[in-house]
Amino acid sequence: MNELANELARRYGARDWHDQRPNLASVWVDAIRVHDSLAWLKDSAGYVHLSFLTAVDNIERKAFTLTYALRNHEKSHGLIVHCDIDRDNPTIDSIHLLWGQAWTYQRELKEWFGIDCPGSPRKDEEFVLEGWDAPPMMRRDFDSLAYSQATYEDRPGRESADPAAHMKQKLYPEASL
Amino acid sequence: MKRDAMPRIPPEEKATFDLESGKYLVMWQGPQHPGITGNMSLRLVIEGDTVVDCETHVGYLHRGFEKLMERRLYMQNFPLVCRIAVPEPDFNEYCYAAALEELAGIEIPDKAVWLRTLSLEMIRLASFLMWIGGQAGAFGHGTIAQWSVTMRDYVLDLFEELSGGRIYHMYIIPGGVRGDVPKGFLQHVLETMDIIKKNLDDIELVMFHNAVYKMRAQGLGCIPPEWVDKYGITGPNARAAGVARDLRKDIGYLAYPRLDFQPLVGKVSDAYERSQLRLGEMYQAIDLIRQIVELMPKDGPFREKLPNPLYWKIPAGETYVAAECTRGEYGFYVVSDGSDKPRRIAVRGPSYTHAVSVMERLVRGVNIADVAGLMVSLHTYPPEIER
Repeated sequence: MNELANELARRYGARDWHDQRPNLASVWVDAIRVHDSLAWLKDSAGYVHLSFLTAVDNIERKAFTLTYALRNHEKSHGLIVHCDIDRDNPTIDSIHLLWGQAWTYQRELKEWFGIDCPGSPRKDEEFVLEGWDAPPMMRRDFDSLAYSQATYEDRPGRESADPAAHMKQKLYPEASL
Repeated sequence: MKRDAMPRIPPEEKATFDLESGKYLVMWQGPQHPGITGNMSLRLVIEGDTVVDCETHVGYLHRGFEKLMERRLYMQNFPLVCRIAVPEPDFNEYCYAAALEELAGIEIPDKAVWLRTLSLEMIRLASFLMWIGGQAGAFGHGTIAQWSVTMRDYVLDLFEELSGGRIYHMYIIPGGVRGDVPKGFLQHVLETMDIIKKNLDDIELVMFHNAVYKMRAQGLGCIPPEWVDKYGITGPNARAAGVARDLRKDIGYLAYPRLDFQPLVGKVSDAYERSQLRLGEMYQAIDLIRQIVELMPKDGPFREKLPNPLYWKIPAGETYVAAECTRGEYGFYVVSDGSDKPRRIAVRGPSYTHAVSVMERLVRGVNIADVAGLMVSLHTYPPEIER
């Protein structure tokens, strides 16, 4: 796999190769080169299968980390390709021409994180959250509790309890006295 | 026979139809419809009795699992993860537990490896039994469903004996499994496998030699082998197209490298061949369960000691753990920031591809009466899309 890491570094400036376990590794590339590196991995390095595409909201450093999980069936090896994009202007190249199912993931990115993939088909159509009028719900600063309290009514008689405190009291009643 | 010629318009290129012309009819199939798997909905555009366009709509059953999990302790997510796939919750339990163990550096005992493998094969069998009832029922063959759901109940009896739960087992937990096998359980497993195998013989005779089933299922929803990589198709849908990929063999997780089996493959991935292949995988599951019962260590620890779950912090890192469920590649991507709650969990379900990109493309050109049969033949399950 070192050859692949070196080749990715040479061609696309990939960095921070990390072997998570013998059959799974991760690597970082710049957002502007992610499409080209994925195309090369698919067409020339045998990573033909896109397992999934998702994002992680790293709000502390004002970035979304995109995660492309690929698989090389011949070598039985998985590769996770990461790239960071600006959280205030979240845009990334579409990969729908590389994999036929990628447009659905990109539609999800738009709806759940507000990440735009220009040119991706049907990206503005509602996916899971029909009629959603709040900020993208998978962002870390989306307060799901506040949203629920503002949108729905509590059922009468329901008591709320902090799960950790509740379990502590239940499991260790003496300690919580 | 290729009854439905390859649809010319891929789903990402949306076709437009003059709905005012009187030539077309918009029809919703689902979310409450006997021909729909799970609470999913298809918006169909019909010309005569032929489907010319289809959009998959999800979000009617479970939403927000991934968001909820970010707010809970690692251990508190266990009652959640199993609910992402009702017919086979154990794959969620395994992928989530294995991901946490990998990040936390926990090695599970050998007995737990075998018990997890047993649990996963048993639930594969139960899920396939539920599926084959739906597949036969979609083509008007209700008797098969009565037989197969009864057989599934026998497997659920085994789960109840093993874990106390019939549907959600929460048997696979970080560090191993929740308990050892009860006394006499393995004998019950073998006896149940004998009963189910006999029933499968009957199902094969009645369903797969039925002229109506053959006429309706053969040539329906053909998946060409080149679509497998293009659309990320996995599991029996890919294997029926001749692509011999099975994560149990390719990754070799749990006790699978120590078991004797080969992935089953077909030639033409139409509804008939896919169902035949899944029937073969049911026989295979029975064989694997028998092997597991024979090879499994009879004693030894079944669980590794864990830190206090209320204060359990997972070291920062990320991993992706996948397993071969009945529908294909099922996986959990887990990111930890070193705190007591996950930073991000993404669930990869095979239906994400099969029920949207592949379904929307395959259904075009199909007779409206065959939509349900085609959908079931892809073995789609919407909660793993909306999660």
